[in-house]
Amino acid sequence: MTALLEVRGVTKHFGGLLAVADVSFTLNEGEILGLIGPNGAGKTTLFNLVNGVYKSDTGTITFAGKDITGRSPDQVVHLGLARTHQIVRPLNNMSLLENVTVGACFGRDYQSIRPARVTALDVLKRVGLADRANSPASSLTLAGKKRLEVARALAAKPKLLLLDEVLAGLNPTEIALMISLVRSIRDSGVSVFMIEHVMQAIMNLSDRIVVLNLGRKIAEAPPAEVVKNSDVVEAYLGFPDIVDKLRGAQPQ
Amino acid sequence: MILRRPLFWLILVLAALFVWLPLRSNNVALREDLILVAVAIILTSNLNLMIGYTGYVNFGHIVFYGLGGYVGVYLMTVRSWHLIPAALTSGVVVSLLALLFGLGILRLRGAYFALATIGVLVAVQAFVSNFESWGRSTGMYVSFESYAPLGGPKHALWTTYYLIIAIMALSLLLSLGIKLSKFGLGLFAIREDEDAAIVLGVNATVFKAIIYSVSAFLPAVAGSLMFFKNGMIDPSIAFEYMLSLEGIVMLMLGGQGTVAGAALGAGLYERLRSYLLTSPRLSEFHLVIAGALLLLVVRFAPGGVIGWLYRLLPRSHEVIE
Repeated sequence: MTALLEVRGVTKHFGGLLAVADVSFTLNEGEILGLIGPNGAGKTTLFNLVNGVYKSDTGTITFAGKDITGRSPDQVVHLGLARTHQIVRPLNNMSLLENVTVGACFGRDYQSIRPARVTALDVLKRVGLADRANSPASSLTLAGKKRLEVARALAAKPKLLLLDEVLAGLNPTEIALMISLVRSIRDSGVSVFMIEHVMQAIMNLSDRIVVLNLGRKIAEAPPAEVVKNSDVVEAYLGFPDIVDKLRGAQPQ
Repeated sequence: MILRRPLFWLILVLAALFVWLPLRSNNVALREDLILVAVAIILTSNLNLMIGYTGYVNFGHIVFYGLGGYVGVYLMTVRSWHLIPAALTSGVVVSLLALLFGLGILRLRGAYFALATIGVLVAVQAFVSNFESWGRSTGMYVSFESYAPLGGPKHALWTTYYLIIAIMALSLLLSLGIKLSKFGLGLFAIREDEDAAIVLGVNATVFKAIIYSVSAFLPAVAGSLMFFKNGMIDPSIAFEYMLSLEGIVMLMLGGQGTVAGAALGAGLYERLRSYLLTSPRLSEFHLVIAGALLLLVVRFAPGGVIGWLYRLLPRSHEVIE
């Protein structure tokens, strides 16, 4: 397996707060890597460091063989690293088609506007929003907006997709749809790095999981091992009888 | 394709009407009315590129017009340049200056950017008022010889008029072209959510600097032409704050973000203003009315006339952009 993303010794301070501390891990091509941790563990900050929203204080980030440390988000997208936002950020007064066309126009292929519209429509079909292509993004429900986030990122034709809590706030049917979408994205050859709080989903989807607590990496292992890791159980949940609950979520 | 858009042809028809109407009866008074409408359309539609397309409110847009006027008049009077090269050069010079200003102040967002644009206006006016080569606060007069290459003053005024109409048509076509382009899509994304646009791959810093600079070009050329036509320029008429604010009123009235809205708002407001200014009782009140109009539009019809039209006739979207 070849490494697609390599994070080495990355640290980020906000004033006196240590948000991410000396984190290192590798994401392999074609894999779904999960990122979990209690609230405030530094998961979204780590995403922001990887795609360049924040500049890391120390460490290096290598993507597809290129050093992307300190590059801005728009440069990172051109290299094939796209992301979604935990708190959805639709371009409200623009149609779904326009939203996704932005992704295609300024993504990896830097498509011109007409082929970008074709790409956008394809992607909208894939996420099941094609019938609303001309509605404004503001008219969507939360589930729709989450799918729009994924569609915009996919339109950039990424090699690696960062998904920040795409399941949060969805009902069970919507979660099932999104899970099969994430699987189909991976099967189409795009690697996925995802933050998720819905344990059952992340345990089932991920090939491996990185666990953060208070900005530090406390585990990196396949799901079956992560749930048995005593550091993880303690840091994540704090009290012991929840172990049985987590076992219930273990993949069979 | 821009040629398939009805609005493209409507813009050309509008320009043709502007040329034909005063020419038909050699009506100089009508020509003077229409030239003011045309200048209002030029200023508003270029301001729209910043406010309506990119979401950055520029309170100092008039600075481009005034600076363009100064550079043009200077080149024509002191350097004895012909009108057309002088006007084009003024556009280029002012655009480059705008690029420079823009790289500085476009790091600011929202209200801070808006404040900085007022700062640019005040600073430029203060600089020009003390600039020896441009006649300090007394300004400059266009020398009479400048009219000679254009066949004397009478001819020169008509030539200036046609050039202004051409700049008006170009302004509207530029707005339409940008709106249909990938560049325009990036600007709209910045308007909606700049951080999201950056994450989607839009290089916001470069896009904003380019559009700020582009929005300076045609107003500067128009400034050159207009101050040549007026025969003189000084800091108080070149950088009239009120015109900057009225530009915003016109844009909101017509409908920000739309090509037709900028033209419509400018036309409507300019005619209203001319009527008020020339009516003996109301001449002091035109700014009161401008303020009230802005409040009403923002409160009750944030999309302006065009937004209201879209709601009334949803299909009008296909014709008016």
